[in-house]
Amino acid sequence: MNIGYLDPFLFQVFPYVALVVFFLMTIYRYWVREFTYSSLSSQLLENQHHFYGMVPFHYGILTVLLGHVVAFLLPRPLLWWNGVPARLYVLEISTFICALLALFGLANLIVRRAAFPALRKVTILSDWMLLGLLMFQIVSGVSIAIAHPWGSSWFSATLTPYLWSVLRLSPDLGYVTPMPLLVKAHIVGAFTIIAYFPFSRMVHVLVVPNPYLWRRPQVVRWYGR
Amino acid sequence: MDVRAQISMVFHLDKCIGCHTCSIACKNIWTDRKGTEYMWWNNVETKPGTGYPTKWEDQEEYRGGWSLRNDKLELRSTGKAHIVPNIFHNPSMPSMDDYYEPWTYDYKNLFNAPESDDQPTARPLSMVTGEPIDVEAGPNWDDDLGGSKVYAANDPNLAVLTPQQRAQLFAVERLMMFYFPRICNHCLNPSCVAACPSGALYKRGEDGVVLLDQNRCRGWRSCVAACPYKKTFFNWQTGKSEKCVLCFPRLESGQAPACFHSCVGRIRYLGVILYDARRIREVASSRDEDLIEAQRSLILDPFDPEVVKAARASGVHDSIVESARKSPVYKFVKEWKIALPPHIEFRTLPMLFYVPPLAPVMSTKAGDIVSNVSKGLFHEIDEARVPIEYLAKLFGAGDAGKVRAALKKQMAVRVWRRASTVGDVDKAAAERLLREAGSSPEEAEAIYRMTALCSFEERFVVPPAHRELAIEMMEDPLEHKQSAGFGFLSAPRRGS
Repeated sequence: MNIGYLDPFLFQVFPYVALVVFFLMTIYRYWVREFTYSSLSSQLLENQHHFYGMVPFHYGILTVLLGHVVAFLLPRPLLWWNGVPARLYVLEISTFICALLALFGLANLIVRRAAFPALRKVTILSDWMLLGLLMFQIVSGVSIAIAHPWGSSWFSATLTPYLWSVLRLSPDLGYVTPMPLLVKAHIVGAFTIIAYFPFSRMVHVLVVPNPYLWRRPQVVRWYGR
Repeated sequence: MDVRAQISMVFHLDKCIGCHTCSIACKNIWTDRKGTEYMWWNNVETKPGTGYPTKWEDQEEYRGGWSLRNDKLELRSTGKAHIVPNIFHNPSMPSMDDYYEPWTYDYKNLFNAPESDDQPTARPLSMVTGEPIDVEAGPNWDDDLGGSKVYAANDPNLAVLTPQQRAQLFAVERLMMFYFPRICNHCLNPSCVAACPSGALYKRGEDGVVLLDQNRCRGWRSCVAACPYKKTFFNWQTGKSEKCVLCFPRLESGQAPACFHSCVGRIRYLGVILYDARRIREVASSRDEDLIEAQRSLILDPFDPEVVKAARASGVHDSIVESARKSPVYKFVKEWKIALPPHIEFRTLPMLFYVPPLAPVMSTKAGDIVSNVSKGLFHEIDEARVPIEYLAKLFGAGDAGKVRAALKKQMAVRVWRRASTVGDVDKAAAERLLREAGSSPEEAEAIYRMTALCSFEERFVVPPAHRELAIEMMEDPLEHKQSAGFGFLSAPRRGS
């Protein structure tokens, strides 16, 4: 299947649409409906499978995401690290295990949501869509790792320059056009998630409680002070 | 000295008849919304009993409150070091099974059922899923089951009793129970506030009411795990936590909270006390046996000129100091020392105090005859059917002495009143009893008046809120004129 004619739209236009939607809608939602910024936990309704879904998924996905960010920000040190095969294997295998953890966790979460009537009641359409998007992204990512190994190296050499070209407002198709379909699908999936972010429960990522670690234990609020 | 005002409360357990009117008043005002049906910000438990949520007092299981490790206060659930790895799944979070699954009945069926040979029934329907359920638990499921081997026997506080004492407490026809109404304690060292990763929970500076900012809450549910009294709840519909607000809109307009106002037995007292905020941490870190005295010492004397001066310096309005002087709570807790905090060993410094129950006062049943085992008219405290150690576990941090002193004084007041009204007790003996209990005839009359004759105004001394001083300069009273209401009013939906 040749969908090369879509490349200009998918890799030159869509990323900007996604980023603009992301920034505008995230800020708008925080501003107008801050109340909706919540992790929307369902732990109260189901407490056991919750652990086997949430913990592997979050630890897995955060590690894999960190890998992408490192490859994006520090491609040269990463390529230097991968210069020794043993180090490359360690990096690839450990991130692959984390990806499998994320896959295992997400599969658990989807089954859990579908299996418990109480959870189905609190799962809205946007939750199912998000779960589907994430599943697609993780499955495509894991498939890439199997079909086209050593991604930590080729990502740094091809996709990092592409992403930077997007940020520099002159998206360079030369890096993505020759990519296998799987990789293209993964890139489009990523920008779709970014665009969908402000419309979903994912906004909880932005309100992770960092000040907690250094604030005083007790909080007092006064009206006049 | 950093003087602050705290609206605090006293519940007189001897007067509680377990009617649940308070719970219903609260439910109808605050927790009849979707997602909150299972919450009872005010509930009444039968003791001995397991309570709501089941066995909430067992902190081995629920891990609420503070623990003292190397003289440092630490949250038992998720303190700073523990929240980061546990943010995705809170290990100490109770689930709905620990409370109960709320239900309604299929009333429609009573009207719409097709004609048949059988009476139509109204089956219970889950208020979470809407499906029919078999009801297996409720918010007061062990109501009045004081002697039950299935429910009451699981009361965590019974662990301190000897097998003989337990057998005595559970003996058929001699069993003893009392009611234990509970709301949020609006603690001075609240663990829910300390545990909130988002800083959404806070204590109001002006009156000490602990509130939860719905816009700031992100649903990390640490407060639910951290509160040892399990009085913060998770709204499964909105994905936010909620808790008792002490009816602050009522307080601000000078009315008592709904649960107080509606109390049939008139067991509830409310008033403001002054305390020294600088000493909170020190007091909360006291040894178990010193906690009650330390908390009492935190409460300041509103008649002391030094305190009044310091209060003024800390910005506490004179009218609040004036209100603190009339506060029934101050009398019960500090002057008379007959009201004690519940489970102060959780170290949150609760600001709701209980007058421990004296019942049964007169007699026990031996064989078929009601007889009196004690030598005097009233029974001896230590011969009470409810062992004093049990009450000490609830209200004395394990120290029977504090509970005994409180009970002794109450008993002495009864004897004194008996001597003055019926006259079959020697007045001098009654006075001697009062002195032994560290009291006096004047104090006995005051206690009698406050516990038996108290008027509405004596029970509820609501301090003036003085919102006008705090808020007038900042907000335009016409801001919301002709608009839909006051700020955020959209219906809480799940998600965006």
